[in-house]
Amino acid sequence: MALSTSSAITLNINGEKHTLPVDHRTTLLDALRERLDLTGTKKGCDQGQCGACTVLVDGRRAVSCLQLAVASEGREITTIEGVAQGEQLHPVQQAFLDLDGYQCGYCTPGQVCSAIAVIEEHAAGWPSAATTDVRPEAGVPELSAEEIRERMSGNLCRCGAYVSIVQAVAQAAASNTEDTEAAA
Amino acid sequence: MREFGYERASDVPGALALLGAAPDARVLGGGTNLVDLMKTGVERPGLLVDVRELPLDRIEVTDDGGLRIGATVTNSDLAVDPEVRRRYPALAEAVLAGASGQLRNMATVGGNLLQRTRCGYFADLSKPCNKREPGSGCPAVTGEHHNHAILGATEHCVAVHPSDMGVALAAFDAVVSYETAEGTGELPLADFYLAVGSTPHLETALPSGALITAITLPPAPVAARSRYRKVRERASYAFAIGSIAAALDVRDGVVHEVRLAFGAVASRPWRAWAAERALTGGPATAEAFAAAADAELAAAQTLPDNGYKVTLMRNLVVALLTELTEEASR
Repeated sequence: MALSTSSAITLNINGEKHTLPVDHRTTLLDALRERLDLTGTKKGCDQGQCGACTVLVDGRRAVSCLQLAVASEGREITTIEGVAQGEQLHPVQQAFLDLDGYQCGYCTPGQVCSAIAVIEEHAAGWPSAATTDVRPEAGVPELSAEEIRERMSGNLCRCGAYVSIVQAVAQAAASNTEDTEAAA
Repeated sequence: MREFGYERASDVPGALALLGAAPDARVLGGGTNLVDLMKTGVERPGLLVDVRELPLDRIEVTDDGGLRIGATVTNSDLAVDPEVRRRYPALAEAVLAGASGQLRNMATVGGNLLQRTRCGYFADLSKPCNKREPGSGCPAVTGEHHNHAILGATEHCVAVHPSDMGVALAAFDAVVSYETAEGTGELPLADFYLAVGSTPHLETALPSGALITAITLPPAPVAARSRYRKVRERASYAFAIGSIAAALDVRDGVVHEVRLAFGAVASRPWRAWAAERALTGGPATAEAFAAAADAELAAAQTLPDNGYKVTLMRNLVVALLTELTEEASR
Protein backbone atom coordinates (compact mmCIF):
# COMPACT_ATOMS: atom_id res chain seq x y z
CA MET A 1 0.00 0.00 0.00
CA ALA A 2 1.46 3.33 -1.01
CA LEU A 3 1.05 5.77 1.84
CA SER A 4 -0.44 9.12 1.07
CA THR A 5 2.07 11.84 1.84
CA SER A 6 -0.45 14.66 1.78
CA SER A 7 -3.85 15.33 3.32
CA ALA A 8 -6.74 17.76 3.03
CA ILE A 9 -6.98 19.37 6.46
CA THR A 10 -9.09 21.97 8.19
CA LEU A 11 -7.30 24.35 10.51
CA ASN A 12 -9.12 26.49 13.07
CA ILE A 13 -7.20 29.75 13.20
CA ASN A 14 -8.34 32.81 15.13
CA GLY A 15 -11.86 31.37 15.15
CA GLU A 16 -12.01 30.83 11.38
CA LYS A 17 -11.89 27.50 9.61
CA HIS A 18 -9.49 27.10 6.70
CA THR A 19 -9.53 23.96 4.55
CA LEU A 20 -6.42 23.29 2.53
CA PRO A 21 -4.43 20.40 1.11
CA VAL A 22 -1.00 20.04 2.73
CA ASP A 23 2.07 17.98 2.10
CA HIS A 24 2.67 16.29 5.48
CA ARG A 25 6.07 17.96 5.64
CA THR A 26 4.43 21.39 5.98
CA THR A 27 4.89 22.96 9.38
CA LEU A 28 2.13 25.00 10.97
CA LEU A 29 4.42 28.01 10.57
CA ASP A 30 4.74 27.54 6.80
CA ALA A 31 1.02 26.84 6.44
CA LEU A 32 0.24 30.12 8.21
CA ARG A 33 2.72 32.24 6.29
CA GLU A 34 2.89 30.65 2.85
CA ARG A 35 -0.59 29.25 2.42
CA LEU A 36 -2.93 31.39 4.51
CA ASP A 37 -1.19 34.77 4.23
CA LEU A 38 -1.01 35.10 8.01
CA THR A 39 2.49 36.54 7.98
CA GLY A 40 2.38 38.06 11.46
CA THR A 41 3.92 34.87 12.78
CA LYS A 42 7.64 35.10 12.01
CA LYS A 43 10.20 32.53 10.95
CA GLY A 44 13.45 32.99 12.85
CA CYS A 45 15.58 29.90 13.32
CA ASP A 46 13.05 27.30 12.13
CA GLN A 47 14.62 24.95 14.72
CA GLY A 48 12.66 25.68 17.90
CA GLN A 49 15.46 27.77 19.34
CA CYS A 50 14.31 31.39 19.04
CA GLY A 51 10.55 31.63 19.72
CA ALA A 52 9.78 34.06 16.88
CA CYS A 53 7.13 31.67 15.54
CA THR A 54 5.25 31.33 18.87
CA VAL A 55 1.49 30.91 18.55
CA LEU A 56 -1.17 29.67 20.95
CA VAL A 57 -2.44 26.12 20.41
CA ASP A 58 -5.52 25.30 22.49
CA GLY A 59 -4.58 28.34 24.56
CA ARG A 60 -1.03 27.23 25.22
CA ARG A 61 2.04 28.75 23.63
CA ALA A 62 3.93 26.57 21.18
CA VAL A 63 6.56 27.04 18.49
CA SER A 64 4.83 26.64 15.13
CA CYS A 65 8.08 25.70 13.35
CA LEU A 66 8.18 22.29 15.07
CA GLN A 67 4.44 21.69 14.89
CA LEU A 68 3.30 19.91 11.74
CA ALA A 69 0.25 21.46 10.10
CA VAL A 70 -1.37 18.04 9.71
CA ALA A 71 -0.97 17.45 13.45
CA SER A 72 -2.65 20.80 14.16
CA GLU A 73 -6.03 19.76 12.77
CA GLY A 74 -8.74 19.86 15.42
CA ARG A 75 -6.88 22.32 17.61
CA GLU A 76 -7.66 25.97 18.23
CA ILE A 77 -4.81 28.10 16.94
CA THR A 78 -4.42 31.75 17.84
CA THR A 79 -1.83 33.86 16.03
CA ILE A 80 -0.77 37.44 16.61
CA GLU A 81 -3.50 38.46 14.12
CA GLY A 82 -6.10 37.05 16.51
CA VAL A 83 -5.15 38.47 19.91
CA ALA A 84 -6.71 41.96 19.62
CA GLN A 85 -10.45 42.59 20.05
CA GLY A 86 -11.15 44.46 16.82
CA GLU A 87 -9.41 47.83 17.12
CA GLN A 88 -8.79 47.26 20.84
CA LEU A 89 -5.25 46.00 21.27
CA HIS A 90 -4.57 43.16 23.67
CA PRO A 91 -3.18 44.58 26.95
CA VAL A 92 0.13 42.86 26.22
CA GLN A 93 0.33 44.52 22.80
CA GLN A 94 -0.49 47.88 24.40
CA ALA A 95 2.17 47.38 27.06
CA PHE A 96 4.82 46.57 24.43
CA LEU A 97 3.85 49.82 22.64
CA ASP A 98 3.78 51.90 25.83
CA LEU A 99 7.16 50.69 27.03
CA ASP A 100 9.02 50.21 23.71
CA GLY A 101 9.32 46.47 24.18
CA TYR A 102 11.07 46.04 20.84
CA GLN A 103 13.46 47.61 18.40
CA CYS A 104 13.26 46.04 14.94
CA GLY A 105 10.03 44.24 15.82
CA TYR A 106 10.77 40.91 14.17
CA CYS A 107 10.55 38.87 17.38
CA THR A 108 7.63 40.91 18.73
CA PRO A 109 4.68 38.76 17.55
CA GLY A 110 6.29 35.75 19.21
CA GLN A 111 7.14 37.76 22.32
CA VAL A 112 3.54 39.00 22.60
CA CYS A 113 1.98 35.55 22.14
CA SER A 114 4.43 34.09 24.62
CA ALA A 115 3.80 36.87 27.17
CA ILE A 116 0.02 36.38 26.94
CA ALA A 117 0.55 32.74 27.89
CA VAL A 118 3.13 33.55 30.58
CA ILE A 119 0.62 35.78 32.36
CA GLU A 120 -2.05 33.06 32.16
CA GLU A 121 0.36 30.34 33.33
CA HIS A 122 1.38 32.45 36.29
CA ALA A 123 -2.23 33.24 37.15
CA ALA A 124 -2.93 29.50 37.06
CA GLY A 125 -0.19 28.93 39.64
CA TRP A 126 2.49 27.39 37.46
CA PRO A 127 5.97 27.46 39.01
CA SER A 128 9.10 28.11 36.93
CA ALA A 129 12.79 27.30 37.11
CA ALA A 130 13.22 30.63 38.93
CA THR A 131 10.77 29.58 41.65
CA THR A 132 12.64 28.92 44.89
CA ASP A 133 10.20 26.34 46.27
CA VAL A 134 8.03 24.48 43.76
CA ARG A 135 5.99 22.59 46.36
CA PRO A 136 2.31 23.53 46.11
CA GLU A 137 2.20 24.54 49.78
CA ALA A 138 4.76 27.26 49.03
CA GLY A 139 2.15 29.10 46.95
CA VAL A 140 2.56 31.06 43.74
CA PRO A 141 5.64 33.25 43.42
CA GLU A 142 5.32 36.96 42.63
CA LEU A 143 5.80 37.62 38.92
CA SER A 144 9.13 39.35 39.60
CA ALA A 145 11.56 40.48 36.90
CA GLU A 146 13.55 37.31 37.55
CA GLU A 147 10.43 35.15 37.07
CA ILE A 148 9.53 37.03 33.86
CA ARG A 149 13.04 36.63 32.45
CA GLU A 150 12.99 32.89 33.12
CA ARG A 151 9.45 32.37 31.79
CA MET A 152 10.20 34.43 28.65
CA SER A 153 13.58 32.78 28.00
CA GLY A 154 12.20 30.86 25.01
CA ASN A 155 11.90 34.13 23.06
CA LEU A 156 15.16 35.61 21.86
CA CYS A 157 15.51 39.26 20.84
CA ARG A 158 18.58 39.96 18.74
CA CYS A 159 18.17 43.71 19.24
CA GLY A 160 18.43 43.11 22.96
CA ALA A 161 15.24 44.89 23.99
CA TYR A 162 14.94 42.62 26.99
CA VAL A 163 14.85 45.36 29.64
CA SER A 164 11.74 46.92 28.07
CA ILE A 165 10.20 43.53 27.30
CA VAL A 166 10.38 42.55 30.97
CA GLN A 167 8.78 45.87 31.94
CA ALA A 168 6.02 45.42 29.36
CA VAL A 169 5.19 41.92 30.58
CA ALA A 170 5.15 43.17 34.17
CA GLN A 171 2.79 46.04 33.28
CA ALA A 172 0.44 43.78 31.35
CA ALA A 173 0.43 41.26 34.18
CA ALA A 174 -0.35 43.99 36.71
CA SER A 175 -3.29 45.30 34.64
CA ASN A 176 -4.52 41.71 34.27
CA THR A 177 -4.49 41.31 38.06
CA GLU A 178 -6.38 44.61 38.52
CA ASP A 179 -9.01 43.50 35.99
CA THR A 180 -9.40 40.18 37.79
CA GLU A 181 -9.76 41.90 41.16
CA ALA A 182 -12.21 44.46 39.76
CA ALA A 183 -14.32 41.63 38.37
CA ALA A 184 -14.32 39.76 41.69
CA MET B 1 12.86 16.15 4.20
CA ARG B 2 11.71 12.71 3.08
CA GLU B 3 7.99 12.47 2.29
CA PHE B 4 6.02 10.55 4.89
CA GLY B 5 2.57 9.26 5.75
CA TYR B 6 0.69 10.55 8.77
CA GLU B 7 -1.83 8.68 10.89
CA ARG B 8 -3.50 9.83 14.07
CA ALA B 9 -4.07 6.93 16.46
CA SER B 10 -7.14 7.00 18.68
CA ASP B 11 -6.32 3.95 20.79
CA VAL B 12 -3.23 1.97 21.75
CA PRO B 13 -4.02 -1.18 19.70
CA GLY B 14 -4.55 1.03 16.66
CA ALA B 15 -1.19 2.74 17.22
CA LEU B 16 0.56 -0.62 17.64
CA ALA B 17 -0.99 -1.96 14.43
CA LEU B 18 0.25 1.08 12.51
CA LEU B 19 3.73 0.79 14.03
CA GLY B 20 3.85 -2.95 13.33
CA ALA B 21 2.88 -2.56 9.69
CA ALA B 22 5.60 -0.05 8.81
CA PRO B 23 9.16 -0.77 9.97
CA ASP B 24 10.19 2.81 9.21
CA ALA B 25 7.34 4.33 11.23
CA ARG B 26 8.05 6.66 14.14
CA VAL B 27 5.87 7.74 17.02
CA LEU B 28 5.03 11.45 16.97
CA GLY B 29 4.45 13.01 20.37
CA GLY B 30 5.17 16.72 20.65
CA GLY B 31 7.65 16.46 17.78
CA THR B 32 10.03 18.96 19.38
CA ASN B 33 13.04 16.74 18.69
CA LEU B 34 11.76 14.41 15.97
CA VAL B 35 10.47 17.11 13.59
CA ASP B 36 13.70 19.06 14.04
CA LEU B 37 15.76 15.97 13.14
CA MET B 38 13.50 15.22 10.18
CA LYS B 39 14.16 18.68 8.77
CA THR B 40 17.89 18.02 8.74
CA GLY B 41 17.52 14.45 7.47
CA VAL B 42 18.94 12.74 10.56
CA GLU B 43 15.55 11.06 10.99
CA ARG B 44 13.83 9.79 7.82
CA PRO B 45 10.61 8.03 8.84
CA GLY B 46 8.18 6.81 6.19
CA LEU B 47 5.21 7.13 8.53
CA LEU B 48 4.42 9.20 11.59
CA VAL B 49 1.96 7.75 14.08
CA ASP B 50 0.60 10.69 16.08
CA VAL B 51 -0.14 9.47 19.61
CA ARG B 52 -1.19 12.70 21.27
CA GLU B 53 -4.87 11.79 21.28
CA LEU B 54 -4.30 8.46 23.00
CA PRO B 55 -5.82 8.24 26.49
CA LEU B 56 -2.37 8.26 28.11
CA ASP B 57 -2.41 11.84 29.37
CA ARG B 58 -3.15 11.33 33.07
CA ILE B 59 -1.06 11.44 36.22
CA GLU B 60 -2.41 9.15 38.91
CA VAL B 61 -1.38 8.33 42.46
CA THR B 62 -0.85 4.56 42.63
CA ASP B 63 -2.30 2.35 45.37
CA ASP B 64 1.07 2.13 47.10
CA GLY B 65 1.57 5.91 47.09
CA GLY B 66 3.73 6.26 44.00
CA LEU B 67 2.80 8.01 40.77
CA ARG B 68 1.89 6.70 37.34
CA ILE B 69 2.56 9.24 34.61
CA GLY B 70 0.96 8.63 31.21
CA ALA B 71 3.30 8.73 28.23
CA THR B 72 1.54 11.61 26.50
CA VAL B 73 1.47 13.89 29.55
CA THR B 74 3.22 17.08 28.48
CA ASN B 75 6.28 18.34 30.28
CA SER B 76 4.25 21.36 31.41
CA ASP B 77 1.47 19.26 32.89
CA LEU B 78 4.03 17.07 34.65
CA ALA B 79 5.86 20.02 36.19
CA VAL B 80 2.70 21.77 37.39
CA ASP B 81 1.06 18.68 38.90
CA PRO B 82 0.59 19.18 42.67
CA GLU B 83 1.41 15.55 43.51
CA VAL B 84 4.63 15.66 41.50
CA ARG B 85 5.63 18.93 43.18
CA ARG B 86 4.75 17.59 46.64
CA ARG B 87 6.12 14.04 46.42
CA TYR B 88 9.01 14.41 43.93
CA PRO B 89 9.89 18.13 43.79
CA ALA B 90 13.22 17.40 42.06
CA LEU B 91 11.25 15.97 39.14
CA ALA B 92 9.19 19.16 38.77
CA GLU B 93 12.38 21.24 39.05
CA ALA B 94 14.18 19.11 36.46
CA VAL B 95 11.36 19.46 33.95
CA LEU B 96 11.12 23.22 34.55
CA ALA B 97 14.89 23.52 34.01
CA GLY B 98 14.56 22.05 30.51
CA ALA B 99 13.84 23.80 27.22
CA SER B 100 11.36 26.73 27.13
CA GLY B 101 7.72 27.24 28.07
CA GLN B 102 6.70 26.70 24.46
CA LEU B 103 8.61 23.43 24.11
CA ARG B 104 7.43 22.12 27.49
CA ASN B 105 3.83 22.63 26.36
CA MET B 106 4.47 20.47 23.29
CA ALA B 107 6.89 17.80 24.55
CA THR B 108 5.64 14.55 26.07
CA VAL B 109 7.28 12.46 28.79
CA GLY B 110 7.47 9.39 26.52
CA GLY B 111 9.21 11.46 23.88
CA ASN B 112 11.51 12.98 26.46
CA LEU B 113 12.90 9.52 27.23
CA LEU B 114 13.50 8.83 23.53
CA GLN B 115 14.99 12.19 22.53
CA ARG B 116 18.34 12.01 20.80
CA THR B 117 21.67 13.49 21.81
CA ARG B 118 22.45 17.10 20.89
CA CYS B 119 26.04 16.19 19.92
CA GLY B 120 26.85 18.46 16.99
CA TYR B 121 28.35 15.62 14.94
CA PHE B 122 25.20 13.53 15.31
CA ALA B 123 23.17 16.43 13.92
CA ASP B 124 25.56 17.14 11.04
CA LEU B 125 25.06 14.81 8.08
CA SER B 126 28.35 15.94 6.54
CA LYS B 127 30.29 14.38 9.46
CA PRO B 128 30.89 10.78 10.51
CA CYS B 129 28.97 9.59 13.59
CA ASN B 130 28.81 6.04 14.94
CA LYS B 131 25.42 6.71 16.48
CA ARG B 132 23.89 7.89 13.21
CA GLU B 133 26.00 5.82 10.77
CA PRO B 134 27.44 2.76 12.56
CA GLY B 135 31.12 2.23 11.87
CA SER B 136 31.72 5.69 10.41
CA GLY B 137 33.73 6.96 13.36
CA CYS B 138 33.45 9.51 16.18
CA PRO B 139 34.95 12.93 15.41
CA ALA B 140 34.01 14.20 18.89
CA VAL B 141 36.82 12.25 20.56
CA THR B 142 39.42 14.44 18.88
CA GLY B 143 37.11 17.35 18.03
CA GLU B 144 34.49 19.45 19.77
CA HIS B 145 33.70 17.62 23.01
CA HIS B 146 33.65 20.12 25.84
CA ASN B 147 30.10 19.02 26.68
CA HIS B 148 30.64 15.30 26.18
CA ALA B 149 30.60 12.29 28.46
CA ILE B 150 33.00 11.51 31.30
CA LEU B 151 31.24 8.35 32.53
CA GLY B 152 30.35 5.14 30.68
CA ALA B 153 31.54 6.37 27.28
CA THR B 154 33.74 4.45 24.85
CA GLU B 155 35.95 5.45 21.92
CA HIS B 156 32.93 4.66 19.73
CA CYS B 157 30.75 7.44 21.17
CA VAL B 158 31.13 10.12 23.83
CA ALA B 159 27.73 11.81 23.39
CA VAL B 160 25.57 12.67 26.40
CA HIS B 161 21.85 12.17 26.93
CA PRO B 162 20.26 15.63 27.00
CA SER B 163 17.25 15.03 29.27
CA ASP B 164 16.79 16.85 32.58
CA MET B 165 13.61 14.94 33.42
CA GLY B 166 15.39 11.60 33.02
CA VAL B 167 17.94 12.52 35.71
CA ALA B 168 15.23 12.91 38.34
CA LEU B 169 13.48 9.78 37.10
CA ALA B 170 16.74 7.84 37.47
CA ALA B 171 17.12 9.02 41.07
CA PHE B 172 13.60 7.86 41.90
CA ASP B 173 13.78 4.33 40.38
CA ALA B 174 11.30 5.05 37.58
CA VAL B 175 9.90 2.11 35.63
CA VAL B 176 8.95 2.46 31.96
CA SER B 177 5.80 0.63 30.84
CA TYR B 178 5.29 -0.22 27.18
CA GLU B 179 3.04 -2.22 24.93
CA THR B 180 3.76 -4.25 21.83
CA ALA B 181 1.42 -6.31 19.65
CA GLU B 182 2.43 -9.27 21.86
CA GLY B 183 1.47 -7.64 25.15
CA THR B 184 2.75 -5.34 27.86
CA GLY B 185 6.21 -5.01 29.32
CA GLU B 186 8.20 -3.02 31.88
CA LEU B 187 11.76 -1.78 32.01
CA PRO B 188 13.33 -0.13 35.04
CA LEU B 189 14.96 3.09 33.84
CA ALA B 190 18.30 1.59 34.95
CA ASP B 191 17.87 -1.06 32.23
CA PHE B 192 16.04 1.11 29.70
CA TYR B 193 19.16 2.72 28.22
CA LEU B 194 21.80 0.39 26.82
CA ALA B 195 25.50 0.69 27.58
CA VAL B 196 27.42 2.41 24.77
CA GLY B 197 29.95 -0.34 24.08
CA SER B 198 30.68 -0.63 20.38
CA THR B 199 27.03 -0.08 19.36
CA PRO B 200 26.11 3.52 20.22
CA HIS B 201 23.34 3.42 17.58
CA LEU B 202 21.43 0.99 19.83
CA GLU B 203 20.13 3.29 22.53
CA THR B 204 17.30 1.59 24.41
CA ALA B 205 16.09 -1.88 25.34
CA LEU B 206 12.61 -1.05 24.05
CA PRO B 207 11.46 -3.82 21.68
CA SER B 208 10.92 -2.94 18.04
CA GLY B 209 7.45 -1.55 17.40
CA ALA B 210 6.83 -0.86 21.10
CA LEU B 211 4.91 2.13 22.38
CA ILE B 212 5.79 3.65 25.74
CA THR B 213 2.53 3.95 27.70
CA ALA B 214 3.56 5.22 31.13
CA ILE B 215 6.32 5.92 33.61
CA THR B 216 5.76 4.71 37.16
CA LEU B 217 7.52 6.16 40.18
CA PRO B 218 7.51 3.85 43.18
CA PRO B 219 6.72 5.50 46.52
CA ALA B 220 9.83 7.23 47.92
CA PRO B 221 9.31 9.31 51.07
CA VAL B 222 12.91 10.54 50.76
CA ALA B 223 11.94 12.22 47.48
CA ALA B 224 9.75 14.75 49.28
CA ARG B 225 13.00 16.48 50.20
CA SER B 226 14.73 16.59 46.85
CA ARG B 227 16.26 19.12 44.50
CA TYR B 228 17.50 19.42 40.94
CA ARG B 229 20.43 21.67 40.15
CA LYS B 230 21.51 22.41 36.60
CA VAL B 231 24.60 24.18 35.29
CA ARG B 232 24.56 25.56 31.76
CA GLU B 233 26.36 28.08 29.61
CA ARG B 234 23.60 30.67 29.84
CA ALA B 235 21.05 31.33 32.58
CA SER B 236 18.10 29.65 30.90
CA TYR B 237 16.96 27.75 27.80
CA ALA B 238 20.12 25.72 27.28
CA PHE B 239 21.14 22.12 27.75
CA ALA B 240 23.06 21.18 30.87
CA ILE B 241 26.82 20.89 30.97
CA GLY B 242 26.29 19.13 34.28
CA SER B 243 23.27 18.55 36.48
CA ILE B 244 22.27 16.62 39.55
CA ALA B 245 19.10 15.31 41.17
CA ALA B 246 19.46 14.66 44.88
CA ALA B 247 17.20 13.51 47.70
CA LEU B 248 18.39 13.23 51.27
CA ASP B 249 17.06 11.96 54.57
CA VAL B 250 19.37 12.93 57.43
CA ARG B 251 18.66 11.80 60.98
CA ASP B 252 20.84 13.01 63.89
CA GLY B 253 23.57 14.02 61.48
CA VAL B 254 23.66 10.60 59.83
CA VAL B 255 22.62 9.87 56.23
CA HIS B 256 19.63 7.56 56.56
CA GLU B 257 18.81 7.51 52.85
CA VAL B 258 20.16 9.32 49.83
CA ARG B 259 19.41 9.40 46.11
CA LEU B 260 21.82 10.88 43.58
CA ALA B 261 21.75 11.00 39.81
CA PHE B 262 23.88 12.98 37.36
CA GLY B 263 22.93 14.55 34.03
CA ALA B 264 25.00 15.55 30.99
CA VAL B 265 27.88 13.26 31.95
CA ALA B 266 26.94 10.02 30.16
CA SER B 267 24.92 8.51 27.33
CA ARG B 268 22.07 8.08 29.81
CA PRO B 269 20.88 9.64 33.05
CA TRP B 270 23.56 8.44 35.47
CA ARG B 271 22.50 6.99 38.81
CA ALA B 272 25.37 7.56 41.24
CA TRP B 273 25.19 4.21 43.02
CA ALA B 274 28.79 4.31 44.30
CA ALA B 275 28.24 7.71 45.87
CA GLU B 276 24.99 6.57 47.48
CA ARG B 277 26.72 3.51 48.97
CA ALA B 278 29.56 5.65 50.29
CA LEU B 279 27.15 8.03 51.99
CA THR B 280 24.51 5.75 53.47
CA GLY B 281 24.97 5.30 57.23
CA GLY B 282 27.78 7.84 57.37
CA PRO B 283 28.00 11.44 58.56
CA ALA B 284 26.19 14.20 56.64
CA THR B 285 29.23 16.43 56.31
CA ALA B 286 30.82 18.30 53.42
CA GLU B 287 33.88 16.02 53.71
CA ALA B 288 31.72 12.92 53.39
CA PHE B 289 29.81 14.42 50.46
CA ALA B 290 33.07 15.17 48.65
CA ALA B 291 34.43 11.69 49.33
CA ALA B 292 31.22 10.17 47.98
CA ALA B 293 31.46 12.26 44.83
CA ASP B 294 35.06 11.12 44.42
CA ALA B 295 33.97 7.51 44.79
CA GLU B 296 31.51 7.96 41.92
CA LEU B 297 33.86 9.98 39.76
CA ALA B 298 36.84 7.65 40.22
CA ALA B 299 35.67 5.89 37.06
CA ALA B 300 35.57 9.14 35.06
CA GLN B 301 37.48 9.17 31.79
CA THR B 302 38.06 12.65 30.50
CA LEU B 303 38.97 14.08 27.13
CA PRO B 304 41.20 17.15 26.69
CA ASP B 305 38.30 19.60 26.92
CA ASN B 306 35.79 18.07 29.32
CA GLY B 307 37.85 17.38 32.44
CA TYR B 308 36.17 20.34 34.13
CA LYS B 309 33.07 18.18 34.51
CA VAL B 310 34.74 16.08 37.21
CA THR B 311 35.27 19.17 39.35
CA LEU B 312 31.84 20.52 38.43
CA MET B 313 30.00 17.36 39.46
CA ARG B 314 31.99 17.07 42.68
CA ASN B 315 31.09 20.65 43.56
CA LEU B 316 27.44 20.07 42.67
CA VAL B 317 27.24 17.01 44.93
CA VAL B 318 28.74 18.87 47.89
CA ALA B 319 26.66 22.01 47.36
CA LEU B 320 23.30 20.34 46.87
CA LEU B 321 23.68 17.77 49.65
CA THR B 322 24.87 20.51 52.02
CA GLU B 323 21.81 22.57 51.11
CA LEU B 324 19.47 19.63 51.72
CA THR B 325 21.19 18.88 55.05
CA GLU B 326 20.77 22.48 56.20
CA GLU B 327 17.11 22.45 55.17
CA ALA B 328 16.53 19.27 57.16
CA SER B 329 17.94 20.86 60.32
CA ARG B 330 15.60 23.86 60.06
